[in-house]
Amino acid sequence: MSNTLGQLTATEIAAALQRREMSAREVAQAFLDVPDTYGAFLHVDAERTLAEADAAQARLDAGETSPLLGVPVAIKDNISTQGRPTTCASRILEGYIPPYDATVISQLHGAGMPLLGKTNLDEFAMGTSTENSAYALCKNPWDPTRSPGGSSGGSAAAVSGGLAPISLGSDTGGSIRQPAALCGLVGFKPTYGRVSRFGLVAFGSSLDQIGPFGQTVADVAALSQVICQTDGLDNTSLPDAPLGAMDLANASVKGKRFALPRELMSDAVEANVRASIEQAIRTLEAAGATVDHVDLPSLSLGVSTYYVIAPAEASSNLGRFDGVRYGAREEAPGHVESLMATRGKKFGHEVKLRIMVGTYALSAGYYDAYYLRAQQIRGLMVAEIDALWGEYDAILSPTSPCVAFPLGGFSHDPMALKLMDFCTIPANMGGYPALSLPCGLADGLPVGLHLMGPVRGDERLLELAAGVERALGCAPLRPPRA
Amino acid sequence: MPITLDEVRHVARLARLELTEDELRAFQTELDALLGHFQDLQAVDVTGVAPKPHAVALQNVLAEDVARFGLTRDQALANAPKSRAGLFLVPSIRED
Repeated sequence: MSNTLGQLTATEIAAALQRREMSAREVAQAFLDVPDTYGAFLHVDAERTLAEADAAQARLDAGETSPLLGVPVAIKDNISTQGRPTTCASRILEGYIPPYDATVISQLHGAGMPLLGKTNLDEFAMGTSTENSAYALCKNPWDPTRSPGGSSGGSAAAVSGGLAPISLGSDTGGSIRQPAALCGLVGFKPTYGRVSRFGLVAFGSSLDQIGPFGQTVADVAALSQVICQTDGLDNTSLPDAPLGAMDLANASVKGKRFALPRELMSDAVEANVRASIEQAIRTLEAAGATVDHVDLPSLSLGVSTYYVIAPAEASSNLGRFDGVRYGAREEAPGHVESLMATRGKKFGHEVKLRIMVGTYALSAGYYDAYYLRAQQIRGLMVAEIDALWGEYDAILSPTSPCVAFPLGGFSHDPMALKLMDFCTIPANMGGYPALSLPCGLADGLPVGLHLMGPVRGDERLLELAAGVERALGCAPLRPPRA
Repeated sequence: MPITLDEVRHVARLARLELTEDELRAFQTELDALLGHFQDLQAVDVTGVAPKPHAVALQNVLAEDVARFGLTRDQALANAPKSRAGLFLVPSIRED
């Protein structure tokens, strides 16, 4: 591991490119040269990456100064890339090559950011450890015997491991923020509707949002400026999606008010994480912030609510995988038999479980008891949270109740991994912008601090996070190199 | 009341998933664990609470009425497991 560029943030690389201290090709080549010992990538096309780098260099040479011009980016493999495989880490999409780009990919091309490759994930983004990938085991650069988290584990491992300066993931219940926490990165889920979902393979359509991983708040803010745009190809795209002006350089937590829900600092939070969060709170208070304990009772219902709504939406969305128009097909005598064989054999266990849960929750006789009720509780949860915004700038909590856990550590207890999502789920329920940023180490592994702001409050949340980052003084947080 | 193996089989059929007997039994256990966890939802008083199906609701989103290119036939067929004469080839849907 000799890539010294891995010691630079994305914005630092952008500045070095602008100063002609290095070329876009040299930058891309340096990252491509790092051996992927973490199973971070599922697909790399070096030739194409370098061609895109050369195109970016031509724009730099022509005097263009767009903020991340020439900075290469890694892409979660559930985001459609024209001419590059997009598998969702599923056997059912083995060999699938999208004929079009997702809107975010067109935006990255427009910004002159070469694509480094497609990153590993839990199959169809369903999981919390990236162990549900059908293709490769993904490892945490802080300790390769541990999980990078998930579902965007590859995008987190790529940045943390020095294989990419910045990356994109997707977040349905915490799939950007939890791996960011476990890998010591900043991970941001913008307000629902600020980033187009066109070309993101749908999991839970009312919850899914694309967002960036970076080493600093400035990095994720810069990439957010690129991808937060209104898009006519996504009917849930906000008409006011583009981000307004932000002042990260002068951000401070002085006078800022944080709410800490007791439900998110419950006994389920492990002692070492709790200690790290409490230390961070003391630091923020010393810097002039106030942190109040609040009660949001319905947050304790988050996991149940999520595991009704997300699988219900997934069971509908994944109905499109029929082995007719694209993807794998198992031959059988008859259409329904072929359809059932294809889906039975090509979907992995967790995906099938979630389709089953969703189908059950939507089936005759159970719809009111599960799906409708979960949507009502979603309404209660959002009303409780919305009542806080008049008084507080952000809701603060741990991102994950534990640090990175051993690979295979929960294979005997699939429910345990689902229960870990309780801090990140509320943001998806209300469409709130939320991010995780590193707040220190516990037993040598990163701990993530979670901040959530009001809908459309992305700019203020990023400024607040920059203030928190400055007060805590621990980003960028890089794993010890062998 | 635990979910029965027949109910699991019925749901799998609705979901168009062909499952082995081993898988059916595994899903019976896992569905039971999840449905058991969902009991906390049943204890909440939701009388008069409006369901919230969207994170951020928008109304009457209209697309501009402009022509744009879609996929060509070749592009659309490029990923098909089977095609013939410019058409998707699917298994027979009727008994001979």
